[in-house]
Amino acid sequence: MIEVEDLHFRYPNGVEALKGVSLVIKRGEFVAIMGQNGAGKTTLVKHFNGLLKPSKGTIRVDGVATTETSVASLSRNAGFVFQNPDHQLFSETVEEEIAFALKNFGFKEETIEKRITWALNLLGLSKYRKTSPFLLSGGERKRVALASVLAWDPEILILDEPTIGQDHQQKEKLRQFIIQMQTQGKTVVIVTHDVEFVSECNPRVLLMKEGVIVADGEGKKILTTPEVLTKSSIVLPQIAQVFMKLAPLGFPKDVIDVYEAKEILLRKLQEMRK
Amino acid sequence: MSVFDGLKFRRIKSPIHNLDPRMKFVYVCAAFVAAILFGKLIPLFVLFLLPIPFVFLAGVQKEWLRSLRGAAFLAGFIFFVNLASSFFTSNYTLTAAAVENSAAMTLRFVVLVESFSVFFLTTSPDHLGLALEQTKVPYEFAFAFTTAVRFVPVLAEEAQTIMDAQKARGLELEKGGILKRIRNYVPVLIPLIVSAIRRSLELAEAMESRAWGATEKRTNLFALRLHRGDFALLAITVGILVVSIYVYIYVPIPTLSQFM
Repeated sequence: MIEVEDLHFRYPNGVEALKGVSLVIKRGEFVAIMGQNGAGKTTLVKHFNGLLKPSKGTIRVDGVATTETSVASLSRNAGFVFQNPDHQLFSETVEEEIAFALKNFGFKEETIEKRITWALNLLGLSKYRKTSPFLLSGGERKRVALASVLAWDPEILILDEPTIGQDHQQKEKLRQFIIQMQTQGKTVVIVTHDVEFVSECNPRVLLMKEGVIVADGEGKKILTTPEVLTKSSIVLPQIAQVFMKLAPLGFPKDVIDVYEAKEILLRKLQEMRK
Repeated sequence: MSVFDGLKFRRIKSPIHNLDPRMKFVYVCAAFVAAILFGKLIPLFVLFLLPIPFVFLAGVQKEWLRSLRGAAFLAGFIFFVNLASSFFTSNYTLTAAAVENSAAMTLRFVVLVESFSVFFLTTSPDHLGLALEQTKVPYEFAFAFTTAVRFVPVLAEEAQTIMDAQKARGLELEKGGILKRIRNYVPVLIPLIVSAIRRSLELAEAMESRAWGATEKRTNLFALRLHRGDFALLAITVGILVVSIYVYIYVPIPTLSQFM
């Protein structure tokens, strides 16, 4: 559980990135933090594993105030996958890359071996086990970075822009994978601009603007409220746009899911045939 | 990193910022020569005071102080090495003259740092590049130089992100003995170097696709021209040099310990 209370953060250069954020993320929740560039999304999530410490206000992760403990021990609980995989890959092989964090956290040799195999299988990277991460494509490097965090099986998973550079198939896999994490009771927090991805997942959405949270609620509700979205320079998901235009014909406005859209349209078509 | 902060340029308008970088560089060189010329505390202290009006005119006091603070560690080191060497070479006695001499050597270093810091704080990388070009330095070199200068803050920021990313994977940079600590930086340095190389390759491609080096002679949107202020600075520079050389040759400089 992540409890944030009146969180303020000011960078050393004077930019006030967070201006009083309060929120609670419960265990097992799936949250997407959205908002335009510079809204403070990444700054906020960097507080979840203690990389940044609040200038004012408090933040507790599973009851522990982040100011009272090290990044390393907080990270054991809250795994953070950075946006750009090139900011962390450095090993000679993918295998060693994944072992890095496990060694840091003091896992046993046999456990490390097992965890590597498990993480590589999960993300479809088994054939690259002995390859240099620098020789992989952008999307693959991104998955190696993800695998290197998943390997220690953190309770909270924070993903900064996980869909960038991933093709549709990989995004679908990512979605399946997040659902799987959720069923295991893990908390997943993603920071993203990808409206379509969010609308397919329908998580709780936190909309940020200029260092404060401007909307918090069910994805389906927030992503179909144009007044709220335009304030944060976010466009409606395509399905929502279609249904918004169809609303005068008696269609519901709050549809973001492809499957649901198909069902509604099918029903309408059948009614019309009769 | 604070030393670098003290050299980071910020775009503000001031009479000093508007000066021609070539003149400023000549001034820095003159200050450099004068600082090397004198080994005594009093003239070095005068040299130390000289750039302070410029600092206030340019309105960069805060950054300037930060650069001095950044240099403090090295300055302390210089002081103690000088002091220790005179202590060990003069039969383990410590004289006031030795202390003064060490202080003078330290002040010499501070004078050099302060002059360069004023120069870099008030000169934009663009102006610097322009100055190099107009002094007939081949464009390739001028460009490489300005790019290098401009990439320093970018790389510093990137290093911070990489450190964060590795800390998030349980890396504790401050853990272990000295050797372990150095090894702790491997996971930071490799991504930094790789991404710097990647970035430079991308930059090269982007520049080539914008016809870099297509013509021998490039034209510039802005040209540096000497103004009244620049000539004033030149006069000051020549004045400093003349006075320094005169004093060096004809005036016996007292040491502080003589007054005591």
